[in-house]
Amino acid sequence: MSETYDIIVVGGGPAGLAAGIYGSRSRLKTVILQKGTPGGQAATTAELENYPGFPRGTTGPELMKAMREHAESFGTEILKEEAIDLDLDGEIKVVQTKSGKEYKGKIVILAPGAAPRTLNIKGEKELRGKGVSYCATCDADFFEELDVVVVGNGDAAIEEAIYLTKFAETVTIIVIHDQGTLDCNKVSAEKAFANPKIKWVWNSVLEEIKGDGIVESVLIKNIKTNEIAELETNGVFFFVGTVPKTDFLKGKALLNEQGYILTNERMETSLPGVYAAGDARDKYLRQVITAAGDGAVAAFAAEKYLAEEESFTEQVLKADKPVLVAFWAPQVEESIAIIAELEKIADKLGDAVKLVKIDTYRNERVAKRYQIEKMPSVLFFSRGKAAAKISGSFNEETILSHLKALNQPE
Amino acid sequence: MIEVDKKTFEEEVLKAEGLVVVDFWSPKCEPCKELAPQVAELAEKYQDKAKFCMLDTASNRRLAISQKVLGLPTIGFYKDGEKVAELTKDVAVEDIEAKLNELA
Ligand SMILES: Cc1cc2nc3c(=O)[nH]c(=O)nc-3n(C[C@H](O)[C@H](O)[C@H](O)COP(=O)(O)OP(=O)(O)OC[C@H]3O[C@@H](n4cnc5c(N)ncnc54)[C@H](O)[C@@H]3O)c2cc1C
Repeated sequence: MSETYDIIVVGGGPAGLAAGIYGSRSRLKTVILQKGTPGGQAATTAELENYPGFPRGTTGPELMKAMREHAESFGTEILKEEAIDLDLDGEIKVVQTKSGKEYKGKIVILAPGAAPRTLNIKGEKELRGKGVSYCATCDADFFEELDVVVVGNGDAAIEEAIYLTKFAETVTIIVIHDQGTLDCNKVSAEKAFANPKIKWVWNSVLEEIKGDGIVESVLIKNIKTNEIAELETNGVFFFVGTVPKTDFLKGKALLNEQGYILTNERMETSLPGVYAAGDARDKYLRQVITAAGDGAVAAFAAEKYLAEEESFTEQVLKADKPVLVAFWAPQVEESIAIIAELEKIADKLGDAVKLVKIDTYRNERVAKRYQIEKMPSVLFFSRGKAAAKISGSFNEETILSHLKALNQPE
Repeated sequence: MIEVDKKTFEEEVLKAEGLVVVDFWSPKCEPCKELAPQVAELAEKYQDKAKFCMLDTASNRRLAISQKVLGLPTIGFYKDGEKVAELTKDVAVEDIEAKLNELA
């Protein structure tokens, strides 16, 4: 039998690595399954100027190498595996990988990140790796003294275009907006406008990429005039946003329509014990710092989850006597009064029974699992099973008669 | 694995008989460096079936472009000097092995 991990993290970008750091540092047995080299998208950008602590910038690969070593130094295992299927419903989750292995864990943190969006322009797919690229650091050096086109005008597009000017002779940026309007931050825009190697084509979109086995030219359409112009070029770089890498989660009721994983503020998905972090999540800002932040929150929430589950198992499921589990909430006054009442009854009964109180405000999960909708409610547990439930107000007699029923031999 | 460059490519790849696998890589390409040891293992395993070469595209750019390689990692398969197949981007070692078995 294979060992069971406390936390299995899928994806080793900044989100997954941060989850690894927090998980391992809490002494939880944590593994990261990462297809290929850790680092994610962050490792594909040379210019990383907004990660706190690096005012003059750092390179993506360097920062990610440091994060990886940081995680490993606390004991995170990083395995080269691609998750292809997951069974997330049980108490123990099972992750299947492309290599045919199975990993078992109490918690799964999904951090598969995102991949560049493709536009499916004519020629884009055929000429991928033949001049069509989505990664400047990977392919820039091919284009020394050559001409390239960049499609897009957000932060990534403009920053990567500036990087490309270190290699290429000219970098022509195709922008869908009016002259002078870019979606990127002001600092990058100013830098780009001042760069003599950068040329601009405004109000335009890419229509087609042409070439026989290798990129030779592009057709650019002006959306105001509908005119189409052909421009000779050796490369086309696309930076037009990303799409979540969540295909392997299809049909698991975790995703929104665009394929992003839905979570709450604690990074909890709709499945107990399953969390998500980073770019693959439905969120407002997709950056290294927020990915790392998500990873920290997810691992912290996971740690609390494990502690609560463990305590419930110890206190309730493994108890050697009948257990009264009282569900209360600080905002429901009646439930507070009932708790006091139950404490008195339990006192009277002494060793015959055990009382466990669950604050449903802090621990919704157990309440949900046992379908507790009304506060207060009391569940009677015997030999690890919920045998009876009462909701609302009750008197001592009801409690005693339920307990009596429990004590009858089966 | 045989390291080839613009001087030796013709001799080692284009004039070679049988199957030659060329791993196009560059020092800046992280996925390439990741793949390299795995390709080396394949080279060992299939030493009777194919010859394995590595080409650093950073110092042999024109040669790479003449082979229509403009993105990394790229694995080219040559049979009797002719390019018969190619894998590029998101290349997994399993894909290389499958292609090899198909061609060998
Ligand atoms: C060109 C570019 C420039 C950028 N510049 C900046 C910048 O300057 N500053 C900034 O803060 N952010 C920048 N970003 C954004 C930043 O890189 C991302 O927000 C961040 O990397 C997201 O981290 P992540 O861990 O969520 O996902 P990712 O970085 O995408 O990492 C996810 C990892 O999971 C792996 N994975 C996916 N599916 C599986 C699976 N099924 N099994 C195993 N592994 C899997 C992937 O291979 C990947 O390594 C840039 C992004 C790009 C593309």
